[in-house]
Amino acid sequence: MQSEGTYDLTTGAGLVACPRCDALHVEHDLEPGETARCVRCNVVLARPRAGAFTRIIALSVASLVLLIGAMFFPFLEISRMGFGNQTSLFGVAMAFSEGPLMPLTVALMVTILGLPMLRSVLLVYTLLPLSRNRPPLAHAVWAFRLSETLRPWSMAEIFVIGTALALVKVAGLAAISLGPAFWAFCALILVNAASNVFTSATTIWDAIEDGGMRTDDRMPLRGQGLG
Amino acid sequence: MTGCRFGDRALADTRDGPILTAHRAGLIGCRGCGRVWPDAEETCARCGAALVPPDRRSLAAVWAWLLAGFIFYVPANLFPMLKTKTLGGLGGSSESTIFGGVIELLHYGNWFVAGVVFTASIIVPIGKFIAIAWLATVAGKPATVHDAHRRLLLYEVVEFIGRWSMIDVFVVAILSALVQLGFVASIHPGPAAVAFALSVAFTMLSAQSFDPRLIWRGLPLRNRKD
Ligand SMILES: [Zn+2]
Repeated sequence: MQSEGTYDLTTGAGLVACPRCDALHVEHDLEPGETARCVRCNVVLARPRAGAFTRIIALSVASLVLLIGAMFFPFLEISRMGFGNQTSLFGVAMAFSEGPLMPLTVALMVTILGLPMLRSVLLVYTLLPLSRNRPPLAHAVWAFRLSETLRPWSMAEIFVIGTALALVKVAGLAAISLGPAFWAFCALILVNAASNVFTSATTIWDAIEDGGMRTDDRMPLRGQGLG
Repeated sequence: MTGCRFGDRALADTRDGPILTAHRAGLIGCRGCGRVWPDAEETCARCGAALVPPDRRSLAAVWAWLLAGFIFYVPANLFPMLKTKTLGGLGGSSESTIFGGVIELLHYGNWFVAGVVFTASIIVPIGKFIAIAWLATVAGKPATVHDAHRRLLLYEVVEFIGRWSMIDVFVVAILSALVQLGFVASIHPGPAAVAFALSVAFTMLSAQSFDPRLIWRGLPLRNRKD
């Protein structure tokens, strides 16, 4: 372990580079609730929150339950001339299932259900041991990196807005009501937003590193450096 | 839980000199987790991400994905997005392209949906092509600090807004699903739906390939105020 505030400009130990503008910063401990921003481009470098890991885990589990519920409950219901009918998310996806559009079906299901579920599982896998002050599991590094890579491709919230638009488009033609699965997706947006507030990727990387996967064993030369 | 050890102090060459970057210090910063390594390292030992120096070579991937996105945007606009036999009272058999669909919506007085579809499917994708192409062209070229901040803002907007273009594909999916409810006789997504989805995905990859650190490479080494 290196002592706080020491850094080494030849190995980079004790330093942090802004991912947006490459400006170097000296590492030091942050209290929960503090926010570290890049001095040049103002991007948030780290924003640790008290109890963040436990909350992210709870929110991930909630998101998993909502997604599984959304798969089985009706998504849209229609009633016209006393004749009721309903479709689930699979019904929506199957609309694309003919011939050349099959890949689109798969892509849609993956972006609205598959990736959000996978990300929830990966986050629980990464954070559960850390939240209990245990060393991270064997593939925690891989799991968290994958989760971060997949973040932009998980499109549940866009799907909800798309559904709302489609219903506005056909409004007045039939009484279409929204099923429980639609409301599950709306709840999912809130859960994801809350999870994002608590997620500070750099804080999680620090925790993985400090939790036993100590890969950075470079020793800084004491007292060396600029200024 | 451990505290985060990020600092909020930058290393400065001189009191009012430019900010020292990892690149200028002969180091390489990890874009995944922020760790700093000697320039020769190729993989971040903490998070496993590949360490890529901020130089213009990385722009090749940006251009390649952007070209792919643009190529697929052409059929996305030429082919029908939605093939309808009878859509409730809207009547008639029709095949509408993205633009045709917007005109149709306007015709029925559905200004709001028309506006959203026009924005998400036409303004945003074209704006993104222009924005990424411009960012990639000026990356690493001389700039002022003020320019750099504006370019970074543009990049962040492009990065944030990109996935929202997918909205029209979801609208088409839901409309097609109404067939299952016995609402309409026949409504199918056209080939443009696939082309459009691919175009959006490739453009997202293009934006992700762009290294925002290049925006700051063009700053003069010595400036009075940073
Ligand atoms: Zn890293």
